[in-house]
Amino acid sequence: MPLTEQTRAAAREIIARYPEGRSRSALLPMLHLVQSEQGAVTAEGVEFCAEELGITHAEVSAVATFYTMYKRRPVGDWLVSVCTNLSCLLRGGEEVYERLSKNLGVGHDQTTEDGTITLEHAECLAACDYAPVMTVNYEFYDQVNPDSAEEIVEALRRGERPAPTRGGPLCTFGESSFQLAGFEDPRPEGVAGQGVGTPSLAGVLLAEAAGWKAEDGVAGAPPLTPLPSNAPPSAASAPAAPASSSPASSSAAAPASPAPAPGTPGVPQTKVN
Amino acid sequence: MPVTPVLTRRWTAPESWTLATYERLDGYQGLRRALAQSPDDLIKLVKDSGLRGRGGAGFPTGMKWGFIPQGDGKPHYLVINADEGEPGTCKDAPLMKADPHSLIEGIVIAAYAVRANRAFIYLRGELIHAGRRLRAAVAEAYRAGYLGRDILGSGFDLDLVVHSGAGAYICGEETALLDSLEGRRGQPRLRPPFPATHGLYASPTVVNNVETIATVPFIVNYGVDWFRSMGRERAPGPKIYSLSGHVTHPGQYEAPMGTTLRELLDMAGGVLGGRKLKAWTPGGSSTPLLTADHLDVPLDFEGVQEAGSLLGTAALMIMDDSVDMLKIVRRLTQFYAHESCGKCTPCREGTTWMVQILSRMERGQGDPDDVDTLVDACDNIFGRAFCALADGATSPIVSGIKFFRNEFLPITPVGPSGSTTSVAGSANGAAAGGAAAGTPGAYAGAH
Ligand SMILES: Cc1cc2nc3c(=O)[nH]c(=O)nc-3n(C[C@H](O)[C@H](O)[C@H](O)COP(=O)(O)O)c2cc1C
Ligand code: SF4
Ligand code: FES
Repeated sequence: MPLTEQTRAAAREIIARYPEGRSRSALLPMLHLVQSEQGAVTAEGVEFCAEELGITHAEVSAVATFYTMYKRRPVGDWLVSVCTNLSCLLRGGEEVYERLSKNLGVGHDQTTEDGTITLEHAECLAACDYAPVMTVNYEFYDQVNPDSAEEIVEALRRGERPAPTRGGPLCTFGESSFQLAGFEDPRPEGVAGQGVGTPSLAGVLLAEAAGWKAEDGVAGAPPLTPLPSNAPPSAASAPAAPASSSPASSSAAAPASPAPAPGTPGVPQTKVN
Repeated sequence: MPVTPVLTRRWTAPESWTLATYERLDGYQGLRRALAQSPDDLIKLVKDSGLRGRGGAGFPTGMKWGFIPQGDGKPHYLVINADEGEPGTCKDAPLMKADPHSLIEGIVIAAYAVRANRAFIYLRGELIHAGRRLRAAVAEAYRAGYLGRDILGSGFDLDLVVHSGAGAYICGEETALLDSLEGRRGQPRLRPPFPATHGLYASPTVVNNVETIATVPFIVNYGVDWFRSMGRERAPGPKIYSLSGHVTHPGQYEAPMGTTLRELLDMAGGVLGGRKLKAWTPGGSSTPLLTADHLDVPLDFEGVQEAGSLLGTAALMIMDDSVDMLKIVRRLTQFYAHESCGKCTPCREGTTWMVQILSRMERGQGDPDDVDTLVDACDNIFGRAFCALADGATSPIVSGIKFFRNEFLPITPVGPSGSTTSVAGSANGAAAGGAAAGTPGAYAGAH
């Protein structure tokens, strides 16, 4: 698909986010943008970025080849990334990767013949407490095993969109890349998709169950309660200087409030967010 | 004190990522207080709190802010390091998804303190859902007057942009991050000059981690004494500890700085399946491995350093006695070889060669000199490369060999080793208490 005037308009929007004379900062998002149109950073995409930013092809290519998320060959409809770094390895991530690789008949960074799936093994995806994890176009499938991973991938190949454990409902690679270029996800269900699950909340749920609070056992410390919502910013209500932040002055800064503290039983809670 | 949810306390609230929830739960009160003070007072407050960076190095945050030259006529920048990529680290991602406004509030306060009118969140590209929540929260904050012109009538202006990276662990290194944010390859810069004077666009710049900045509104709201009532004298406050690997309930456990692994494992249900602890990282894969002998090490910067490792990001990857240390070290070394930015020879070539040696050993084709060759190579890499990635690359190898030398020798069949391991430790007289798995103190995960 050739880049259009619309792409150009989006590029200008990206450039406008950065200070005057610093348009080169727009290069990474612009590479996501051209990739969103073409499924890879093509020669045309490089040309486009160079022209818009007034830098050379070589400068753009040097950047495009440095980062793993920019692809030189078009990815399939679905980019399946399996984490095989340590925490996932300890929980079977390698077996997941091997099963998919065997079933799909492709190795790392390769695409199935029907063009549906590109497989890659990924480094730590900052979700080690959900290990082993796999992502599809960067949405998370948690605690997978070879069988469940296989089912997810088979569903993708049948044209379905299996719901991720966390993240928004699946979008196409182009849509994901467009969001990476810094544009909001137009779908309300995108931002509302689950962000955290029980592992992220493990400590806080434990504390809530046990009634532990940060202020427990702290002599003179003010309780962490909601503050009056319209406290005017006045010098009097703020600790004048750190040195004078004695228990007395800090409790003045956080007056006891009748509202229940978050985390107390009165506040309805969920285990995902 | 067991867990102390401060940064994590809103994460269970319904629709915790929205401005409405955030405002209901103390949100933007710290900002109101901050704007009523002078920037210098805020810097002093953060200095006095003793807050230290949560991105790995533990640098005092107030001191970092104090390095920004004032009245220099140059634009100042605040850049948030949200590139979370250190293996084992998974705290910033949930923070940004569950409570993005706490980061934004911290950003406005910090920017006001260092007199920056532009801030950037450099977000790891793969974290696309964190990007959605952050961008939505930034838009909400603009609409509510917490960002933009004349914030809450204070006369202070701030623009905030969420900038997604594109997949490169090295971009977490702060100077590589700045180059990347300028639209270049993410390769570290020579220092000095430091970012405090020559950072983004060669202007004074503060780079801080997500967790560091999200802590700031609490300090402003509740004061220095409250903050210092948690943690240790030299490292006060709460810290999010990330537990993963062979642990019954992996997850995020926020506890006072200086909490021990024994205490954390108790909360997390012990080692998976009641097995014995063999090894663990205190702060991600770049920090030297520790063993069951170190269950009572206080996990703060100095405490871990005294035990021969580093607190890093407080990412505890737990390995039970079934693991094959050679395989683990090989896999981690592959990570560093893949992520080396290629700028300097010891790191680029060294990591690649070490992967080859370790792979050969793993196939049972190692030769008797390999262990010495690895130790020697690490010796020549550590401290001789441009940035700390290379130092980190030597950590698993050097500490793995120190504690589990037998597993690296060709005469020992490669594989799980309980008792063999402790024999190895004492036989080799390894430093720091010798090897550990199988020693009487080994933690069996009773819970
Ligand atoms: C290879 C490498 C990767 C790093 N990755 C991160 C990261 O992902 N996030 C982070 O906050 N700091 C990371 N750091 C540390 C940063 O360079 C820097 O010290 C930190 O962002 C400063 O923030 P703080 O003072 O708030 O901790 C990394 C350092 C190195 C050497
Ligand atoms: S030590 Fe490695 S990652 Fe750091 S600058 Fe040198 S080559 Fe790059
Ligand atoms: S090791 Fe797989 S997400 Fe961290």
